[in-house]
Amino acid sequence: MVPYAFKYARAKSLDDAVAQLKTSPDAKVLAGGQTLIAAMKLRLANPSELIDISGIKELSFIRRQDGALVIGAGTRHSDVAASADVARTIPALSTLAGVIGDPAVRHMGTLGGSVANNDPAADYPAAVLGLGASVKTNKRTIGPDVFFTGMFSTVLEDGEIVSEVSFPIPERAAYKKFPNPASRYALVGVFVAKFKSAVRVAVTGAGPCVFRVPQMEAALVKDFSPDAVAKIAVPSDGLNSDIHGSAEYRAHLITVMAKRAVVDALL
Amino acid sequence: MAVVSMTVNGKAVSAETEDRTLLVYFLREQLRLTGTHIGCDTSQCGACVVHVDGRAVKSCSMFAVQAEGANILTIEGLAKDGKLHPVQEAFRDNHGLQCGFCTPGMIMTAVDMIRRKPKLDRQTIRHELEGNICRCTGYHNIVSAIEDAAKRMSAGA
Repeated sequence: MVPYAFKYARAKSLDDAVAQLKTSPDAKVLAGGQTLIAAMKLRLANPSELIDISGIKELSFIRRQDGALVIGAGTRHSDVAASADVARTIPALSTLAGVIGDPAVRHMGTLGGSVANNDPAADYPAAVLGLGASVKTNKRTIGPDVFFTGMFSTVLEDGEIVSEVSFPIPERAAYKKFPNPASRYALVGVFVAKFKSAVRVAVTGAGPCVFRVPQMEAALVKDFSPDAVAKIAVPSDGLNSDIHGSAEYRAHLITVMAKRAVVDALL
Repeated sequence: MAVVSMTVNGKAVSAETEDRTLLVYFLREQLRLTGTHIGCDTSQCGACVVHVDGRAVKSCSMFAVQAEGANILTIEGLAKDGKLHPVQEAFRDNHGLQCGFCTPGMIMTAVDMIRRKPKLDRQTIRHELEGNICRCTGYHNIVSAIEDAAKRMSAGA
C-alpha cells in the first residue's frame, strides 16, 4: 500500500523542527516511523506534511547525570538495548528495549516516538511510569504521573517535541512482558522498580493507557518478594478485552507478570 | 517530487521520486532491484529487509527520501565477483528455503544478525528472526543455515 501524498521536510535540529512546526501546524513529526509509516500505509493516518527529526544528532545520546540515566528522544531501541551504560545502570531498560517489535523495527524506532505516541501496548511507557522518569520537551519538563493521559494521548501540546527522558536509577528493577505472539506488542507488560524507600509498579498492554498498581507497590515496600504480590488481584474493570484476550485474562496476567518481574529484579 | 541520491550496492544512484514513495518501491520499481520482496502491507513479514548504513531495516517502513545520502545494501549486492556471500552459500547447502519468497529478507536479516552476534545458538537465531515470516514454515532449515553461516564466517575471520 502507498500512503496518501504528503510533503516531506527534514529538520536539521530540534529548533529547526520546532520552527517548521510553527509554520506548518498540520504537520506530523516523523521519528523512527515504525508506527506512523505503518499507519500511513494503511491510510489510517494521513498527515499533509511530515517533518523528519530522525537525522538530528543532538537527540541521540545516552548519559549519566545526577543519579539518573538520560536518554535522547531520538535514540534507537537497538542502541539502548546494546548500550553498556544502560546495561550497567538500569539493566531492566536494556531488556525492555530489546523486546520491542523485532530487530529491524528496533533499528529504526525511537524512545521519543514511542513515548509521544503512547500506544496502549507499547513497552517504553511502562519504563517511564515504572521508573518515575521525567520527559523533557522543547518547552518544559513533565513528570511521569501526569505525562500519559489516555489511549494514544499525552499532555504534549501542538508544537511540542520530546527531546529527552531522564530515568532515575533504581536499586533493582525488571520488566516482564507477555507478548502478543503475532505483533510482539505487550498483551500485558509489568515494570517493577525498587528505590530506596519506594516501589513503583507500572502496567502496559492491559488497559487503554499505562497505569500503576498502588496496592502492589505498598505490599512490595513492606516485603520485596514475589509472594508479596502473588495474592493481589487487579480488578478487570476497564481493562482491554479483544480477540487476543479478555479483560479477566489480562487482569490475571498482571499478577503473574508482576510476580515474575519481582523474581527477575531479585536476581 | 524530489530528487533523491544514495549509494545502492556500492553504486551512486539518483532519481526523482514522490515524497510518499517507500524505499522498497524505489528499489524495486525505479532501480529495478526486484530481489527485495514485498510480502505484506503491515510491516510484519520482513521480506523487504535491506541494510541502511549497515543496519537491517524494513524497506517498506521508511520513505525513499529518508534514505537521502545513505548507503544501502540489498540482496543483489551481497555476492562479490560472482562468489556467493557465506550466508547465501549456507542457505543453499542447508536447503534454507522452500518457495524462496522470504529468502532475501531472511538472508539480509541473517547477515545483520551475525554482524551483531557472531556467536549464535539456535534459540537466539529464532528470537532474532522474529521480524521475518516464512509462510512455508521452513524455519528449521533457515535456522540451520544461519547457524552454519555464523560458524563458517567466524572460522574464516
